[in-house]
Parts: sequence; structure tokens; C-alpha cells
Amino acid sequence: MSHNKETLREIVIETAGINPRKCMKCGKCSGACPAYDEMEYHPHQFVSMVEAGKIEELMNSEAIYMCLSCFACVERCPRGVEPASFIEAARLALIRQSGKNHLKAEEIPAKLNDKLPQQAIVSAFRKYSK
Amino acid sequence: MTFSYYPGCTLKTKGKDLETYAIKSAEVLGVTMEELEDWQCCGAVYPMAKNEIATKLSSVRALVAARDKGQDLLTLCSACHHVIKRVNNDMANDQNVQLKANNYMALDVPYTGETTVIHYLEMLRDRVGFDNLKKAVVNPLKGVKIAAYYGCMLLRPSKTMAFDDAENPTIMEDFIKAIGATPVVYPYRNECCGGYVAMENNAYATKKCNTICTSAKEMGADMIITACPLCMYNLDANTTENNLPVLYFTQLLARALGVEEDAQ
Repeated sequence: MSHNKETLREIVIETAGINPRKCMKCGKCSGACPAYDEMEYHPHQFVSMVEAGKIEELMNSEAIYMCLSCFACVERCPRGVEPASFIEAARLALIRQSGKNHLKAEEIPAKLNDKLPQQAIVSAFRKYSK
Repeated sequence: MTFSYYPGCTLKTKGKDLETYAIKSAEVLGVTMEELEDWQCCGAVYPMAKNEIATKLSSVRALVAARDKGQDLLTLCSACHHVIKRVNNDMANDQNVQLKANNYMALDVPYTGETTVIHYLEMLRDRVGFDNLKKAVVNPLKGVKIAAYYGCMLLRPSKTMAFDDAENPTIMEDFIKAIGATPVVYPYRNECCGGYVAMENNAYATKKCNTICTSAKEMGADMIITACPLCMYNLDANTTENNLPVLYFTQLLARALGVEEDAQ
């Protein structure tokens, strides 16, 4: 269901457990991000868009599936803002809704190959499906 | 030295090599790995959301099982280590997670993060000692130039993982020296391989891995070692330029200790 803008903002901030206003906009997170080129919105933009309440824009962006959860932004943020936690929270705001899974079980067989480790399937499933 | 041991899903299937060489090598070093009974998959990624509880319970069960045996919990897969160590940190420091997990599990003795989680590489460094490992080597890998690939899970976030310096780690290079080989330091050793995104976007992982392998090769490496089955997969199967042989670090350990063939 759709929430009003302010409720969505509160849910994402509560899920991430971080106050986006701690961000001092240095851009170090995006400078460190190995997925920068793949993302429509970059880590520093995630933080400021959450602060501004632009959650639906984030939920509708493919960028939420491009984060590698490598924690480079978390490690290097001088303010402990954890942009990755906001990306995760925006993705969860979407996939916690029924029928909004990004990766479905029936898609898995076609993706298997001889070398693919279980770890890849489990982790993608945990990231993309609820 | 005896540890409770948590293998994880992949070490029983596609990543068997990581485990078999580790167990055989541990025997040589006087370390016993007692596999936990009925362990459950850790989920492979740490649930970052503050309001995720159920996805952390399998890690809590492993941590409780080790505590009840009075043993430290030894891990081998980078991802399992990452998840279990961070969940343990939550059980010690996040009262919300601690309360809800304990409410649900209704243990005889509540769990509040008492177990020490130790990765196999840390065990070699901090319990066996690289000096003692060096003394146990019967087949030093002289002249072999090895690039350590750390990836993400062991190092970051360093505040919780406390594995090594996240930007300039040395544990794997020290391991390489201990087995008689020559470490090759290269700039992309702690950059992500593309991880689980390879499930739907191989090209993305290929881009990451080509950069990593090219960097290692340009610095003169003969091979790459890793502790993570997903990094192994991406570096091995999704690299298209400057491929290098990719091995689990435990295989070279077994080779140096003279038990590589016994492990097979």
C-alpha cells in the first residue's frame, strides 16, 4: 500500500537506525563506492534524498539493487552515517510489500551453473526477496 | 586446541575445498574443529535493518551452541564470519535485538554475546601464531608470488569486524610469508568482486573482477588466494581478462604442510 511521504521517511530512518542529518555532505561515500557507475542515485544522494523525504524515488530506482553491501561507504564515512543502511532500508520498504520481490524463486533454476556457489543464491535471495 | 566450528552452506557443496584443506591442516597444527550439530545457514548477508530479527536467529543459535560447549566459535567462510560476528555484536550491544531474540528463543540461560567468534586466519595468527606455522611448514612455497584477495566481508566495518586494518591489511600477506611464498600487494585487494549482484548481472561482476585480476597481474602475481566462495566464483568464472589461478588459502596451507593430497 502507499504511505504518505512523511510516514515512509520515518519508516526508512527507523529501519536504517541512522539520522541522515548527521551527514556533512563530504561525498566520501560516493568516492569509495565500487558501484558508483552503475547507480542512478549515488550513496551521498541516498542520504540527502532520505533526509528530504524522497523515498518513493529511491524505491523506484534500480540503484537499490546495485549496492554490493561491500561496506566501503560505511567504513569511510567520517560521521557514521552508513549510506548502505539507507539503501537497504529503501529496498526493504519496497520488497516488504507483498508481490514486490525483485528475485523470485522460479527464476533461480535458469540462473544456475556448475560453479555457482550456494552463497550467491542465498545472499541474492536475502537481498532481493522477502 | 579445540574450537566449535561453523562451516556454512557452501563449504558442504561448491566450496568443499575450502573446508577439507582447512580441517586437514588444522590437524597438523594441533587444532581440532568440532562441527556444530544441526547448524543452520547464516543467510550469507548480514541483515543491516535495525528491525530485522528473525534473519539473525540462525547465527544466534550457532553462537549459543558454542557458548554451551564452552568453546570459541571458529569460522572459515568470509560471509559466515561476517554475519555471525556482526550478529554477535548486536546480541552484546543492541538491546532491541538482544531482547527480542531472547524472548523468541526462550533459552535456559539468555544469550548476550558471550561467544568469541574467530576466523581461521585469525586462529592461525593469534592462537597458533605465524612463527609456529612457519616451523610446521615442510614444503615452503619458495618463489611463488601470491596476491591475497581480502574482499569486503572480513574487513568491513572494521569497528565490528576488528580483523585487521581495513585499508591496509597484512594478515594474509603474513600468512603467505609464513608458508614460504612471496606476497604481492596490489591496490584492489580489498575492493568488492561484485558479490551477489552476479546472480543477475554477470557483466557487472566481470568489470569488477577484471580490474582486480589485472591489478594483481600487473604487480607480478602468479595466483590469487581467497577465503570466500563467492569471491572465488567471481574471480574464477566471471573474469575475462588477465585471469589468474584462484585458490582457497587453505589449499596452499595444506600444500605447505605437506597434506594437500591427503585432504583429497
